[in-house]
Amino acid sequence: MSVFNWYKFSSPATFYTLAGKLVPWFYAAAILLCVVGLYISFFMAPTDFQQGEAYRIIFIHVPAAWMSMFIYIVMAGWAAIGLAFNTRLSFMMASALAPTGAMLTFVSLWTGALWGKPMWGAWWVWDARLTSELILFFLYLGFMALQAAIDDPRRADRAGALIALVGVINVPIIYFSVKWWNTLHQGASVSMTKSSSMASIMLIGMLVMALAAWMYAIAASLSRVRSIILERERNAQWVAQMLEAEL
Amino acid sequence: MNWNGWSEFIHMGGYALYVWGSFGVTAILIAGEILLLRVRRKQVLKLALRAVQYGKVKNDEDAA
Repeated sequence: MSVFNWYKFSSPATFYTLAGKLVPWFYAAAILLCVVGLYISFFMAPTDFQQGEAYRIIFIHVPAAWMSMFIYIVMAGWAAIGLAFNTRLSFMMASALAPTGAMLTFVSLWTGALWGKPMWGAWWVWDARLTSELILFFLYLGFMALQAAIDDPRRADRAGALIALVGVINVPIIYFSVKWWNTLHQGASVSMTKSSSMASIMLIGMLVMALAAWMYAIAASLSRVRSIILERERNAQWVAQMLEAEL
Repeated sequence: MNWNGWSEFIHMGGYALYVWGSFGVTAILIAGEILLLRVRRKQVLKLALRAVQYGKVKNDEDAA
């Protein structure tokens, strides 16, 4: 098998140190990509002939919406690994991803409303895309509330993992909602099968912003998982040794 | 968008409320999350330090 020892990194003690080393790099990458992405979004991408400047909201809206779904899938994946192999760190990763996922889901709903008002004339409509994204937001909140309500961390982990896994069915519903139902929300802006309907500089701007959001989400969740590890293992030998070395 | 000064940039072709409402709130939320992460880390480090010191005192007492 592989020379690289994955089991070593599944130990919270090792991962705590590794994550601490990685976090600044991911923050740096996020800042760099964000600066480039914002420059493209505002100065390189031309004004849309139909939507004027309002369309620039998509440079936040689309990356946030992508990440809201992607983070949920990753969270459910960690939950599944945790349930299957009973690895503590997997559950901690799932918990660490939820607040960032919820925040980005809210961003996608909020920016969608601010785009919808001038373009559709309504802040909100109950169409399939918007409603399923709202359900995603509630799934994140439900996951966090359930975990917070159970005192025993191991039981909280398992209960949360079940919500995460059941809720993952909602992600393909969000993604394909614009195909399956007649929605006011437009179809996919970027498609694997047909060439994009967008100007390529707009597409590049969106991709750069999506990468920035990705790097940020990794930095934030790694930073959060370090706190979760310390919270849960503060009585462990390795924590004592590490803190004494720092004192 | 061509640069024609700040006022035109901020005006966003009449969509200032919607564009800046989107980018502004997103920036605030990200800043808020980073702040919460720092607060949580400080709190947990404090708790962990207390646990270590308590353990030390207890060990010393046990030894004595």
